[in-house]
Amino acid sequence: MALLKLENLTVSYGAIEALKGISIEVEAGEVVTLVGANGAGKSTTLRTITGLLKPKTGKVLYEGKDISGIPTHHTVDLGICMSPEGRGIFANLTVLENLELGAFRQKDKQKIKADLEKVFHFFPRVKERIKQVAGTLSGGEQQMVAMGRALMARPRLLLLDEPSLGLAPLVVKTIFEAIDAINKDGATILLVEQNANAALNHSNRAYVLETGSIVLSGPSKELAQDPRIREAYLGE
Amino acid sequence: MPPLVKKLLWSLGTVGILLVVNQVMVNGIGGYGIPAQDYYVRVLTLVGISIIAAVSLNLINGYTGQFSIGHAGFMAVGGYTAAYISFYYGAGILNTLQGLPLPVALTIRLFISLLIGVVFSALAGFVVGMPSLRLKGDYLAIVTLGFGEIIRIIILSIDSVGGARGFSSIVQGATEPPDQRMFEFLKESIFFWVFLFAVITVVIVKNLVNSTFGRALTSIRENEIAAEAMGINTTRYKVIAFVISAGLAGLAGGLFAHYDNYLNTNSFTFVKSVEVIIMIVLGGMGSITGAILGATVLTILPELLRDLQQYRMVIYSLLLIVIMIVRPQGILGRRELSLSGLFGKKKTV
Repeated sequence: MALLKLENLTVSYGAIEALKGISIEVEAGEVVTLVGANGAGKSTTLRTITGLLKPKTGKVLYEGKDISGIPTHHTVDLGICMSPEGRGIFANLTVLENLELGAFRQKDKQKIKADLEKVFHFFPRVKERIKQVAGTLSGGEQQMVAMGRALMARPRLLLLDEPSLGLAPLVVKTIFEAIDAINKDGATILLVEQNANAALNHSNRAYVLETGSIVLSGPSKELAQDPRIREAYLGE
Repeated sequence: MPPLVKKLLWSLGTVGILLVVNQVMVNGIGGYGIPAQDYYVRVLTLVGISIIAAVSLNLINGYTGQFSIGHAGFMAVGGYTAAYISFYYGAGILNTLQGLPLPVALTIRLFISLLIGVVFSALAGFVVGMPSLRLKGDYLAIVTLGFGEIIRIIILSIDSVGGARGFSSIVQGATEPPDQRMFEFLKESIFFWVFLFAVITVVIVKNLVNSTFGRALTSIRENEIAAEAMGINTTRYKVIAFVISAGLAGLAGGLFAHYDNYLNTNSFTFVKSVEVIIMIVLGGMGSITGAILGATVLTILPELLRDLQQYRMVIYSLLLIVIMIVRPQGILGRRELSLSGLFGKKKTV
């Protein structure tokens, strides 16, 4: 059974249909990526999974249970955690406070401490900045804080919305290496990216979204060789 | 020292100091030629009420980042409810408490009136907050603006609370001849009560914002979507904060009713709401000591400028403009003044 399964999902903002019946499966332990241009519906997909948006038709199945439209804070309890687009860090709080808020629904202090160490392990830079006000960090560091904060919720399914957005190539590399490491550590990852090249290199499978519909899907390695993808997203 | 004992000593100390100050201010010290300070008692009591209003508004505007502009409306609900209880049921409450010493009975009567006022204003907060806080964005501002006016108009049309004439002889009650016991009691002690409740308000809000609850509120202010993605039930926290804020505003209103012994809907117009907002903007949104400072300065300033007569409001507005240009984040910003770091330890909550 797939960890996450989207069945024929339709989502609309008023009269405008952002998702026109998409179906996606994510198996436990995988890194699956959604690639597509601006406005293709990538972020809408993530927001629907986390309950921030309600689907018009179709289902979100998590471990076989229909979770479409349940409140966001409940999806966190189920082990789904999202690092939102544009990082969404709490700019006036310190890095540590940001991370602690990630563990908002965790009660066990000992475990929270262990999670914190884990975040430091994935992102040593975050540890160096721990007392700093998060808004004063560089974009890359902020992204690390955002991902670390999501990890503090101890997700089984981690949703990453454009983690490489606006970052320098070198930092993008660090972020994607961390994604590999987090996945190896056991979290399943659904990754939304515009940087198709990096996303395809660091994922098992991929779906290509175009204006609300899935136009291609398959193992990332194959998609990376697909001439249509190479032309449309990899700049050839 | 165990923390509980320490807390107890602090509370007793605070009450003691307030009692002494109250005694000196109200009655003076006869033997040493220190006269009673009626004028300062009046001004400072208003400062205390402003502090309660500002600190409570800061919980929702400063810490949670939701813009409420109807604080006067909640003060009116609390004020009129407390006044209604005092006026119509005050004598009854005193009768049932006949066995107790008079000051104790009067204190209980005051507390009952205030408490019911708080409950009603908190309820009003729930009714207003529940639908408007489910939405993100500025809807709360629109709804609270409307609420403030609606509640004022409703009160205007209720004859049993005086309507447009205003609600007078609140503490004397409806009996004939008027019962002066509460009036005399409050004349001696309202300064004490107002500041006691101001301290309690500050302690409540301080403990709230320094708790997990406060963290949740701050994260909502910083980024509501991210807060939700962290598993924070944003609607719930916003509504709870709003209800507490409204309840404390009702406390300010109830104290004002008992202090002035007269209520008029003109005291609770939109201008009053704006005044409280100015207090927290001036002092620093998201700072308790800032709100206290703002409330104090803005209540005392018009009094200090009284000698300038017709130029008073001109200078008052000019000062506000200058402060906003020089320090747009408010005098304290998000810092807190504390005794340990007199110049404001950097605190980001």
